[in-house]
Amino acid sequence: MIVGLVEHDGGVVSEPSLQMLTLGRRLAERLGEPLAALVIGSEARPVVDGLAAYGVETVHHAVDDRLDRYAPDAWAACVVDLMGTAGPTAVLAAGTDRGNEVMAHVGARTGLPVGANCTEVQPGDPFLVTRLRWGGSLLEDARLHGEVKLLTVAPHSIQAEEGPAAGGWSVEEFSPALQDTDFRVQVARQEGRPAGKVSLPEARVVVGGGRGVGSPEGFGPLEELAELLGGVVGCSRVVTSLGWRPHTDQVGQTGVRIAPDIYIACGISGAIQHMVGAKGAKRILVINTDRQAPILTHADYAIIGDVQQVVPALVSAIREGKGL
Amino acid sequence: MDVLVCVKRVPVTGGRISLTDDEQDIDTRYLGFTVSPHEECAVEEAVRLVEAHGGSSTVLTLGPAVAEEQLRDAMSMGANRAVLIEAEGPGWDGGATAAAIARAIGDAGVEYDLLLFGNESADAGGYQVGIRVAHLLDLPCVTGVKHLEIRDGKAVARREGPGGFEIYEVPLPAVITVKEGINLPRYPSIPGRLRAKKAPVERLHLDAPQPGLEKIRLRLPQGRDKQVEILGDGAAGVERAVEVLRQIGVMPP
Ligand SMILES: Cc1cc2nc3c(=O)[nH]c(=O)nc-3n(C[C@H](O)[C@H](O)[C@H](O)COP(=O)(O)OP(=O)(O)OC[C@H]3O[C@@H](n4cnc5c(N)ncnc54)[C@H](O)[C@@H]3O)c2cc1C
Ligand SMILES: Nc1ncnc2c1ncn2[C@@H]1O[C@H](COP(=O)(O)O)[C@@H](O)[C@H]1O
Repeated sequence: MIVGLVEHDGGVVSEPSLQMLTLGRRLAERLGEPLAALVIGSEARPVVDGLAAYGVETVHHAVDDRLDRYAPDAWAACVVDLMGTAGPTAVLAAGTDRGNEVMAHVGARTGLPVGANCTEVQPGDPFLVTRLRWGGSLLEDARLHGEVKLLTVAPHSIQAEEGPAAGGWSVEEFSPALQDTDFRVQVARQEGRPAGKVSLPEARVVVGGGRGVGSPEGFGPLEELAELLGGVVGCSRVVTSLGWRPHTDQVGQTGVRIAPDIYIACGISGAIQHMVGAKGAKRILVINTDRQAPILTHADYAIIGDVQQVVPALVSAIREGKGL
Repeated sequence: MDVLVCVKRVPVTGGRISLTDDEQDIDTRYLGFTVSPHEECAVEEAVRLVEAHGGSSTVLTLGPAVAEEQLRDAMSMGANRAVLIEAEGPGWDGGATAAAIARAIGDAGVEYDLLLFGNESADAGGYQVGIRVAHLLDLPCVTGVKHLEIRDGKAVARREGPGGFEIYEVPLPAVITVKEGINLPRYPSIPGRLRAKKAPVERLHLDAPQPGLEKIRLRLPQGRDKQVEILGDGAAGVERAVEVLRQIGVMPP
């Protein structure tokens, strides 16, 4: 049996979990084993039925009053409990903050290795996996050992696809063996995100600024450009390290991942850790004084020139075009 | 309060990565070395906590002898002590690394109030060493923390969750893994650098274990290999840029 730990947000299964189940189903088919899902807490009830479409045969539903607020180690205890009763070949989770966190706890509890952010998995003993390293700038082929294979699936590395419904379909509630110490770490309270402007990961237009912007004030024209196009401003790590912009604006391996229709990158050299954050951009327009800057190898369009000259010119040209 | 910070030496890659011929590593012949940005922030957080609450901060790494450089970098930012677990070879997956770190902590007999890690290492990205160390030492662990306060013997930690921010409160001692953005790391001062150059580094030595996650080879992902269209030089390129924006459909109406 292959077990997939399913995450949901307000009763909707998260996209990375559906992608994980898709990979899990293919793995189960190759092994000739059934695919099962594990959902945790009473809030998960609405998502249970939707899982049949992804080829899930059995949904194991862990219920306990204490599970209603997220508690990573208690979730891991649920996984380990199910591993004891169901004896799976492999347990999968999505390579999200929570998925990676819970599986690391499972690895620690069982002494098993964990392969994080896999993009391809071949069954056998050991499993052969391909996984992301360096935030996705490099791939690693690896052997994943262990009596039960524990891994997470890199978000957006495969597309979620519904599959043939399994022969039978059942939901099995269970009360996992949980200790009070499993809840030592649990969400005490939540705070909403400040509402308002478009967020970087969702923006259709991102205007990014790097060291070449020159100063915090240099971002004024970039702000103007972004606003005209209904977009938002992002930046490179050099810019956050210099204190010119808050870290929430940073695009890259240790910042935000963006997926706009167009990324306008101004005075950014195109370091690999920056570009992994912009992989989702449909098109890239570069403004840079250096024709040899590495970012040009990722770009669709480029203007060779000084940010301080080009961006204000672009702003006025758009205003004219707009008839302002 | 006594704080431990764990950091890992990694190469600084630029616009392109090249691999060694045996495909086992990044070719570092022309590269410098650093630690993950998350870990740099962990060092800064440790130094600030000690400045505010007293006590001492210790930086620890497991890696080759030359990883001493990263320990000295941390000491030049203000870390007080340094421990190097000298370990070569490819066997150091998350499980083995955590076991070695936990053992070094236990053997040293220091009771740390707080153990800081990066949320994930820059190179391996295993998302697990801090959590595994927490289990081995039976400590609570909060990951991905972007704001941390210590009050009344408790750590109050904030991180991003699916629907907003999540706040956790755990008793000390605890393990906290941090993300870049929790603070803005300082640049080392000249006296800090001089002090760090002369400071002692404690050394332990370990042999490579049998890994559970065993690297076969590294590969570069398939690039998009784009042909860039130069729209023009300076302001002369602007006209065609506006056309492009119109085509894409992002020009304002
Ligand atoms: C583990 C790790 C993680 C990292 N994570 C991230 C991350 O998440 N995000 C990130 O961005 N970086 C990250 N980095 C840092 C990254 O390696 C680079 O250092 C950084 O992206 C460079 O920023 P930059 O392009 O602004 O600066 P530079 O590399 O200095 O480039 C400046 C560019 O501006 C151009 N320029 C200069 N003046 C002008 C002008 N007047 N007009 C137009 N162009 C001009 C130059 O030609 C050059 O191309 C990470 C590094 C490591 C080691
Ligand atoms: N070799 C190492 N030496 C010291 N700390 C490490 C080492 N490897 C990982 N860590 C710590 O554990 C964190 C998570 O690493 P990982 O599980 O590889 O993503 C890193 O950010 C470091 O703080």
